[in-house]
Amino acid sequence: MDLSFGPRYEAFRHELREFIAAHLEQAPRVTESRVLNPRDPQLLAWQRLLVEHGYAGRTIPREYGGYGAAPDMLEARIIAEEFATAGVSPGISGQGIMMLIPTLLEFGTEEQRRRFIAPTLRGELVWCQGYSEPNAGSDLASLKTRAVLDGDEWVINGQKIWTSTAHLADWMFCLVRTEPAAPKHKGISFLLLPMTSPGLEVRPLKTMTGDASFNEVFFTDVRIPADSMVAGRGDGWRVANSLLGHERGMLGNPNVTLARFNALVELLKRETVDGRPLLEQAALRERLLRIQGRMLALRANDLRVLSARLNGSNAALAAMIVKLEGTELRHELERLAIDALGELGVLYRGSPHLREDGLWQQHYMYFLGLIIGGGTSQIQKNIIAERGLGMPREPGLK
Amino acid sequence: MDFGLSSDQVLLHDTLVRLLEDVAPLERVRAYAENDDDGGAEIWQALSEIGVPGLLVDERHGGAGLGVLDAALVAQALGAHVTPAPFVASAVLAPLALRLAGSAEQQAAWLPRLVSGATTVGMALAEHTGAREDTGVTARDGRLVGRALFVQDIDADAFVVAARDRTLHLVPADAAGLTRASLVTIDRTRRWGELVFENTPAEPLAQGDAASTLAALVDHGRVMTAADTLGAAQHMLEAAVAYAGQREQFGRVIASFQAVKHLCAEMAAALEPCHALVWYAAHALDAVPGEAHLYACHAKAHLAEVGTQVAKTATEVHGGMGFTDLLGLHYWFKRIGLNRQTFGSPERAREDAARAQGFA
Repeated sequence: MDLSFGPRYEAFRHELREFIAAHLEQAPRVTESRVLNPRDPQLLAWQRLLVEHGYAGRTIPREYGGYGAAPDMLEARIIAEEFATAGVSPGISGQGIMMLIPTLLEFGTEEQRRRFIAPTLRGELVWCQGYSEPNAGSDLASLKTRAVLDGDEWVINGQKIWTSTAHLADWMFCLVRTEPAAPKHKGISFLLLPMTSPGLEVRPLKTMTGDASFNEVFFTDVRIPADSMVAGRGDGWRVANSLLGHERGMLGNPNVTLARFNALVELLKRETVDGRPLLEQAALRERLLRIQGRMLALRANDLRVLSARLNGSNAALAAMIVKLEGTELRHELERLAIDALGELGVLYRGSPHLREDGLWQQHYMYFLGLIIGGGTSQIQKNIIAERGLGMPREPGLK
Repeated sequence: MDFGLSSDQVLLHDTLVRLLEDVAPLERVRAYAENDDDGGAEIWQALSEIGVPGLLVDERHGGAGLGVLDAALVAQALGAHVTPAPFVASAVLAPLALRLAGSAEQQAAWLPRLVSGATTVGMALAEHTGAREDTGVTARDGRLVGRALFVQDIDADAFVVAARDRTLHLVPADAAGLTRASLVTIDRTRRWGELVFENTPAEPLAQGDAASTLAALVDHGRVMTAADTLGAAQHMLEAAVAYAGQREQFGRVIASFQAVKHLCAEMAAALEPCHALVWYAAHALDAVPGEAHLYACHAKAHLAEVGTQVAKTATEVHGGMGFTDLLGLHYWFKRIGLNRQTFGSPERAREDAARAQGFA
């Protein structure tokens, strides 16, 4: 057991702290709603500054607009910790950066990488992910949107749903069926297409948060060049799967939870009921401390998973539970803020007396969405039971 | 950066598990629990032969000089086997009390006897994590007056007693003016009791700052109890998964039903991060003083909650069998139930954590 990062990493941490302190004026705070808007000018400027200093896109090669550092999990960890501790945005974290760039680095052609990675990293190209369909949610591999090769073009017909940021996006990466005769997992391909393509229609899907952060996307004879595919025909499921694990690890990240926990403590110190600080309420404190206990367990678990990855040992079950536990915990954390605020907690955007742009309510509802999205909690439990505990699979219907 | 168990630690845990499967199978635990038989002494003897009582004691006093994380792994294995053993008090807390507050003479007199396993020392600390009734012990001029309730290992040869003023005192079990009585808890795998002091002569453990020594004892006790619960809960989860894999209803093993799988997944999802939490809390007691108290409080409180959830759910997965004495699953259920209340209830531990952060 050795929790020290060593002098080289402590120097890196020190440097990063100084950077954050020196740029605090420009930094979007995690308590501002602007951190959720990928077109916000302050957020974009912050992203460019982070890329320039190697605190975003750190391991992306220089020729693709990144910082070109060698992958280093401890540096990544320190970056996540320090931004969380300071309560400032760690930059843009959309699906283009989190999902597409790693996909292109692993599976893309040289031309695809040169064309897409740098502007995506700078936040100039916003991407959406076209995976789910009305009848392909938890059972994603049964998706039906099809693409047929016609000369040197793919012709796409079908529908996607739950496409977050499609209304803002410039491009989409999506899964479509190109090999209808193949078994369902082998007939899917991974395509890139501009959202301005004729025949493509985006209909906003307003959610309970009041935002239309998701959409339905309809494809009617959408034509894109044949070279818009990443990897080969029928490779789409393999390409997508290599990143789904990444997405699940990302949802419920304990460092982001820590930043929200600290914001919650500040709220309970600052806000009052009957003239007394909320933190003096024993019942609220008890709930706060329960959440902290679960959070510390997940943070220690995160260290264990990181360490196991560094030394090649196995912590599969510890990694598998992160999405389920992390999203449920976040939802509960946001709910405590609402309960602590009482009637003030149910105020929403535009109201007088609103606290923190209505972010507590927004996150509370949004995290219910994340409990469902990215593999529902029920699907997570199936995975934990079957792959983690070795229990038998659900017998299929004959 | 290396956050995990070393190969030596894995070996220590595995060695202990094999030994306990051999010397402390459920039949022997059951005999101890039901008949007050002397089987507990044989188990302690076997643990002493591989050096368990001296795990944390300096090598110059004959111990192994290992760390709190190593001790937590032992506690975890003992919890997993619901082993009757005076480990927490005699092998962790008594050596710690002597190290922090004992004089050189006291260390030389007591530590070798503790290391050999020949002498056991119980702990009378419970008044400092929630005094009940009118309990409390007053120390004056080398003598103790009062009553200590929920004394850990009431059958021990001597006791460390924390007085009202937080000073610590060593009292042999046969001291004049000392009366002891056993309590009957739900968990018959360990013995708790009550001590009454009527002008009882006691040896003060007077070195260092008494309050911080007592705080360290409570923190270590909390982490060891959390580790014990971790082991017990892990056993219950594994037993539930194994049982569900054998039991057939409606023509299929019940492990293939989602309702049952999800109960098991919920247990695993709650319990798996607890391993890392206990490791961190144990390691912090040796190496991260700034976080040790906070993590000790949270490890104790969080394991109490998760342990309780697992104890209930794992019993349910076993159906009616889980409720029987025959299967013996209740020994784990009750061990977890007792652990939840000792060294401070989860509510108490959380309130301590709140105070430590200036929240209360």
